[in-house]
Amino acid sequence: MNDATTDVKQCVDEMITQIRAEIANNDLSEMLMIGIHTGGVWIAERLHKKLNIEPPLGKLNIAFYRDDFSRIGTHPQVTPSKLPFDIEDKHLLLVDDVLYTGRTIRAALNEIFDYGRPASVRLAVLIDRGEHELPIQADFVGKRITLKQGEHAKLTGPEYLTLEITGTE
Amino acid sequence: MTGNNIQLDAKGRLKHFLTIEGIDRSLFIEILDYAESFAAVGERAVKKVPLLRGKTIANLFFEPSTRTRTTFELAAKRLSADVLNLNILSSATKKGETLLDTLQTLEAMHCDMFIIRHANSGAAHFIASQVAPHIRVINGGDGRHSHPTQAMLDMFTIRKHKPDFTRLKVAIIGDVAHSRVARSEIHALSVLGVPEIRVIGPKTLIPNDISSLGAHPYYDMNDGLKDVDVVMMLRLQRERMCSALLPSEHEYFKRYGLNEEKLALAKPDAIVMHPGPINRGIEIDSQIADSERSVILQQVSHGIAVRMAIMAMIMGSQSEEAH
Repeated sequence: MNDATTDVKQCVDEMITQIRAEIANNDLSEMLMIGIHTGGVWIAERLHKKLNIEPPLGKLNIAFYRDDFSRIGTHPQVTPSKLPFDIEDKHLLLVDDVLYTGRTIRAALNEIFDYGRPASVRLAVLIDRGEHELPIQADFVGKRITLKQGEHAKLTGPEYLTLEITGTE
Repeated sequence: MTGNNIQLDAKGRLKHFLTIEGIDRSLFIEILDYAESFAAVGERAVKKVPLLRGKTIANLFFEPSTRTRTTFELAAKRLSADVLNLNILSSATKKGETLLDTLQTLEAMHCDMFIIRHANSGAAHFIASQVAPHIRVINGGDGRHSHPTQAMLDMFTIRKHKPDFTRLKVAIIGDVAHSRVARSEIHALSVLGVPEIRVIGPKTLIPNDISSLGAHPYYDMNDGLKDVDVVMMLRLQRERMCSALLPSEHEYFKRYGLNEEKLALAKPDAIVMHPGPINRGIEIDSQIADSERSVILQQVSHGIAVRMAIMAMIMGSQSEEAH
């Protein structure tokens, strides 16, 4: 992971290739895209533009749906979720930066279903670092990596996206 | 300082919400910003988030209140908490149970938060100083002292219309002497840097020491309303009408009631606020209450978002303590 900057771009390109194939195979031309705040939104913005998706991009902030609120508390300045469309019976593409335990995606699905009942939800992630704790898998993956325990993959942006690996030695 | 400090934890985070005093500008803004995200939840099809699922919140109302109690109840329910509404006037205290016994009983039922409305000033402070350490307390209005969530939601409402507090002239009109709302508003407005806070009312209803709070007294609406950006009416407590403090209702409306003519003295884009319930034709003209300049109903909606934010914040500090 030494050249992280180019890595993000390559990963995004890989995601686009996979998503294009899926759209072509399943007639998903009316698919709605939702990014998970904040890193997922950055990735989603790039995908949304390059895939020429017409409806605006939805943004989800799952802070109110976390399952660890009673442990870590909440932190202020929660940018509100914004789904500027009706999701009822629509195909959704949920986008996040790093898939790890799967708990963020669980929270996002709960929030999405508070807005309505979509026809389907697919998941696209920039990085899948494995070690999921829930039965959640991504449909489109930019790159699969393995990290040591205590290490974290963190996307920084929004102008230039860089993937940083931080944590214990 | 003492007494106010108990509403912050060692890290300076909100632990109880008892009074505006002692809340600095940055924490104030933090609460307003946080409330903004909850306002968005109220506009969704499902107006509920699971943030306080499994928590139990007891609404302890020692004096009657419909609006404050129901907005607290809705706020708690929209955070997925379970809510107990206790009308203490009619229950335990009649049977001779002391206040502390009532609180301990509720603690034994594993309640996490008490919302207190009480006719005695300082009641919420007292309760916060007596409860078990994990229990959180919110002041829903105590005596003449304070009504901090009302002040918070009013600041939220003002900010929606007039984002720069440092350029505002605000007038508070009515029975300032007996109003816990007025005291909290004055504190809140000064924390947020409002340069000109005026209070308007009959001499008998304006406390002598009002300037020490940073507000300028006016006894005539025609002087006081001139060029203000925000007109905050207070509810005239009709139960005080019989006392010698006030002229007749008719006379009061003539001098201190808000009508078109008096409102014309304020800035053309001035907003009109009222904490409710309104007495039409006594402190405010019906047409003004229903006009576009009135933000009275927005205050009600904002009250839910602001109370959600405060509840979520103080419950967040509960979790940190436990670990």
